[in-house]
Amino acid sequence: MTLPAPALDALIGNRRRRLSRRRLVIALLLSIVAALFALTLVLGQSYTSPGDVIRVLLGEDVPGAGFTVGQLRLPRAVLSVLAGLSFGLGGAAFQIMLRNPLASPDIIGISSGASAAAVFAIVVLSLDGPAVSVFAVAAGLGVALLVYALSSRNGVAGTRLILVGIGVSAMLESFILYVLSGAPAWTLQEALRWLTGSVNGAQLDQMLPLLVALAGFGGLLLSRTRDLEALRLGEDTAAALGVRIARTRIVVIVAAVGMIAFATAMAGPIAFVAFLSGPIAARLPGSNGSLLVPAALTGAILVLAGDYCGQFLLPSRYPVGVVTGALGAPYLIFLIVRINRSGGSP
Amino acid sequence: MTLHALTTSGLSAGYGDAVILDGLDLAVLPGRITVIVGANACGKSTLLRAMSRLIAPRRGQVLLDGKSIHHIPSRELARTLGLLPQSPIAPEGITVADLVSRGRHPHQGAFARWTRGDDEAVAAALAATRTIELAERPMDELSGGQRQRAWIAMALAQQTEVLLLDEPTTFLDISHQIEVLDLLTDLNQTRGTTIVMVLHDLNLAARYADELVAMAGGRLYACGRPEEVLTEHNVRHVFGLESRIIIDPTSGRPIMLPIGRHRMATDSRPARSGHPD
Ligand SMILES: Nc1ncnc2c1ncn2[C@@H]1O[C@H](COP(=O)(O)OP(=O)(O)O)[C@@H](O)[C@H]1O
Ligand SMILES: [Mg+2]
Repeated sequence: MTLPAPALDALIGNRRRRLSRRRLVIALLLSIVAALFALTLVLGQSYTSPGDVIRVLLGEDVPGAGFTVGQLRLPRAVLSVLAGLSFGLGGAAFQIMLRNPLASPDIIGISSGASAAAVFAIVVLSLDGPAVSVFAVAAGLGVALLVYALSSRNGVAGTRLILVGIGVSAMLESFILYVLSGAPAWTLQEALRWLTGSVNGAQLDQMLPLLVALAGFGGLLLSRTRDLEALRLGEDTAAALGVRIARTRIVVIVAAVGMIAFATAMAGPIAFVAFLSGPIAARLPGSNGSLLVPAALTGAILVLAGDYCGQFLLPSRYPVGVVTGALGAPYLIFLIVRINRSGGSP
Repeated sequence: MTLHALTTSGLSAGYGDAVILDGLDLAVLPGRITVIVGANACGKSTLLRAMSRLIAPRRGQVLLDGKSIHHIPSRELARTLGLLPQSPIAPEGITVADLVSRGRHPHQGAFARWTRGDDEAVAAALAATRTIELAERPMDELSGGQRQRAWIAMALAQQTEVLLLDEPTTFLDISHQIEVLDLLTDLNQTRGTTIVMVLHDLNLAARYADELVAMAGGRLYACGRPEEVLTEHNVRHVFGLESRIIIDPTSGRPIMLPIGRHRMATDSRPARSGHPD
């Protein structure tokens, strides 16, 4: 079957154009992340000149800026980026794998599971540091397994998995409230962190484990990019294309849950970032190919921007999860209404 | 192109407790077109799924060139054996070119670069299915026939020597059905691709098959040349339907004319053609 050369050239040209559009979108998202990061460092309650910020970052002792930038703003911005990347990437991986935007870890109870375990480890077991993260990862995987087991009958049915997940999520949230209400030093701030997420009080030395988790689990997930893309064609087609479905599922679940649990142990289950990042990234003009990287960057943007809004642009101060929660809720309702109309998956 | 022997021996498979295939033996003719027919829910799709390792056999095995397909690395198997499922899913907004390029999956490693060879395979698949003009159009904007051609193009881009297709003509009007079947026959004749497909329409099955396979109750009921398999006796047993078989003057293949309870001519000749099928 021979082919006219112009047709082949046109095909190659179009593919290259798609690829460069995709690179442009990623570069744009990256620069928005960088800009918001810089904004967080420079302008808070007070203004710090970029020069001073850079000197603080280089480790110089800058009177009047050292503490604000080095101890308050920088850890906050770093945690926002790392948590945002983790939620965005992990959430999109679940949504792609299960072919359903509602199948995001923060909707189906995985984030609340990690959060409940973190609260339990901190309040009841008096643990801190990486031990809390280990608890969160174990609980996240446990919830994933539980939701899967409760909803699988002749294979996993999308809508049932989501309903079961929403139920499990609600139970876990009341568990979080129960544990917090018995805690001696119970504060509204803490409660909000574990229920909706917050980057308050971040400390730089806590960021290393999160960074390592993101690099490890994120790398693992990205190595499955092509298999995940094939899964979007349905399991039968993907398997016929040579994807090992069960193995891909396990790798994706472990990596995504691991990433999300680490971030949750630090920042709480920042509301709807995992849920929103993928769909927002998918709607960016020129977005094509795998959504994983654009969704991760979108997650970082959501957390940085949400935290900045919550701190400085609203009449009183709110943790980031309240802002992203207000953003995500209407979309959640929209999707549920759509399920209701179609009587099946959205 | 090498010819491959795909066979099942004593193949039993099912879902949960339900046994759907029950000790099925089938030897696909290499380099030929095999068409599987049978009543709804008799296990045709299940057979194709078992033959392409989508479900594991309970008993018996599926052999490719004498080797159990469960012992062949999945990527390698996917370079030899392709499957177009009954209802494949197109991701929202995907273009035809993008869809077709996914057929290259088994030819690429996790991080391998897209090569000119990949581009050529995609272009050839688009050309063979006459979907080049549609390449940049989103799948959700195409007609049923165009969409089906795009799916077949994806399967062609996979460049397998054996291709299984589950009801590739469902939902197509008659001219598009013929177009798809002609396309698959071209593929079989020019490249020697071994084709196994499930078809609903018995007359099209008899016309395009080198080997016709009738399934009933999870087993092969009959198997052979169309004129051997499409008989009044077999139609009665497989579909529970009375019929007349005549010979198609164009193709020389058998044609099945169903006999219902109504619209009988008084001299008891075969039913008059009232409405088009
Ligand atoms: N995923 C599944 N889980 C459970 N039962 C199934 C599944 N797929 C098919 N079946 C059942 O297996 C039987 C055979 O189905 P199938 O092979 O699709 O039939 P055909 O393709 O011949 O119409 C049917 O009774 C169907 O209900
Ligand atoms: Mg079928």
